[in-house]
Amino acid sequence: MSIDTETAARVAKLARIRVEDDALPALAQEFSNILGFIEQLNEVDVEGVEPMVSVTPMRLKRRQDGVTDGNMQEKILSNAPDAREGFFAVPKVVE
Amino acid sequence: MTDLTKMKIAEARDALRAGDVTSVELTEACLSAIESADALGAFAHKTPEIARERAAAADARIKAGDAPDLCGIPLGIKDLFCTKGVPSQAASAILEGFKPEYESTVSQKLQDAGTVMLGKLNMDEFAMGSSNETSTYGNAVNPWRRGNDDAALTPGGSSGGSASAVAADLCLGATGTDTGGSIRQPAAFVGITGIKPTYGRCSRWGIVAFASSLDQAGPMTKDVRDAAIMLEAMCGHDPKDSTSADLPVPNFEAMLTGDVKGKTIGIPREYRMDGMPDEIEALWAEGRKMLEDAGAVMKDISLPHTKYALPAYYVIAPAEASSNLARYDGVRYGHRAKLAQGDGITEMYEKTRAEGFGAEVQRRVMVGTYVLSAGFYDAYYNRARKVRTLIKKDFEDVFAQGVDAILTPATPSAAFELGKEMTDPVEMYLNDVFTVTVNLAGLPGIAIPAGLDKSGLPLGLQLIGRPWEEGDLLNTACALEQAAGFVAKPTKWW
Repeated sequence: MSIDTETAARVAKLARIRVEDDALPALAQEFSNILGFIEQLNEVDVEGVEPMVSVTPMRLKRRQDGVTDGNMQEKILSNAPDAREGFFAVPKVVE
Repeated sequence: MTDLTKMKIAEARDALRAGDVTSVELTEACLSAIESADALGAFAHKTPEIARERAAAADARIKAGDAPDLCGIPLGIKDLFCTKGVPSQAASAILEGFKPEYESTVSQKLQDAGTVMLGKLNMDEFAMGSSNETSTYGNAVNPWRRGNDDAALTPGGSSGGSASAVAADLCLGATGTDTGGSIRQPAAFVGITGIKPTYGRCSRWGIVAFASSLDQAGPMTKDVRDAAIMLEAMCGHDPKDSTSADLPVPNFEAMLTGDVKGKTIGIPREYRMDGMPDEIEALWAEGRKMLEDAGAVMKDISLPHTKYALPAYYVIAPAEASSNLARYDGVRYGHRAKLAQGDGITEMYEKTRAEGFGAEVQRRVMVGTYVLSAGFYDAYYNRARKVRTLIKKDFEDVFAQGVDAILTPATPSAAFELGKEMTDPVEMYLNDVFTVTVNLAGLPGIAIPAGLDKSGLPLGLQLIGRPWEEGDLLNTACALEQAAGFVAKPTKWW
């Protein structure tokens, strides 16, 4: 399957990665190559096959729905590029 | 002093207990080896102060008696593991400056066992790569060279720094992680041992996530015994990772008898690839002969969906990566792009991720986004998951026929030159052709060095085991190791 530059631009947008317009043709070509490789999967008869959910068949452990930790605001904010007054700070979201 | 770094973990353990050496001496020897090995690019962040502190504590613990096997052993830790207060950036610019406030479960277990962390090891960015060339730190380099040719070779990837460091005797062992072959391929490229355990053996908590249904941690060591010792310390149930198995962890080292009489070893016909070098074919034949001579029975088997493992992997792994890497948004940690006047939050995300992620990571995130997007989810992602079910069934069928382990080559070639294979992503993906099936099926796999090619580079063989039977797998690997008698070391040039 061939990917056009418009599709490449849409995927970049969905992935929230800025791609300059002049880089789109090369990106589209790379996608086409990779998807061409992936398309071998169409040769496989998957009729009636369950898609894998978990590679090791085991029931996930459960635990009580309770608070087990907390009160670590400083630690959580310690790596933030911009933290103010106990919050993560970001550019204005709402006009 | 320099010879201390050449010790294996088991030797050092015994020497520490006999009082022939101290952890401080071992650690200083490793630190000075690391200092003079910058040309290898193996250590991305060195932690000599932590190392010295832990070594002194380990010596005290050994003196007091009853210390665990690994107490006082200097190790390198792959940069993918979060280590408290120490840069942990998965070799990515987007995690520049990130110092976790917590410790990954596996590195914590190793710390609790008294090991000494020497530093963080280079790797491919977010563990995406097979040559360590996607790292923000620059390349890790293979200590091996082709005869007198001084061309720099790749140590493989993604655990390239781990491979280089262990092979060059900068540390006694290292942690690695393996999503499609990232422990086994580099181990094979540098002539060391690397095991990826069964999915769920090691907790993934605190390891930067790439593809969560495939990622597993494992040890990279100088021999099979060391792998057994180190793996045991890394395994075990962790309430913080619901996919980690609540199963007892056996004493793997005690299972190393080297006796494989009567074991059935499967030889999968689909692993005979077109264009595979004769040397790899010959090595594989030698491996069969060695196990046969040791009393094992060879059985030709078929794993009919092998061919589809790589394409399935290149749907599933990017899909999971695109979800996992959504968290790098410039808000909570790491890099945030400088914004222009009027830029809003979307520009912040897009610029941050364009600046912070390297080309291969961007490519995989976008491929993953595409295969998960509306209209393509069934055609790509669900189909790949169905093929994965079939790949796993291939293995279940041969194990049901009484096969105990499967012998294959570890890689389709010896280590290649840095800078030579970066042009075509699909070409690079073929490096994992023999290893990726094991991740898709969740099985344990081990690579051990078994010979040298005509230019003097190490070649590895892979053994694949039944789920949860790492002990038996390590024992088969031990028999193969004894028969192969691989003792070659790279000639020091760095």
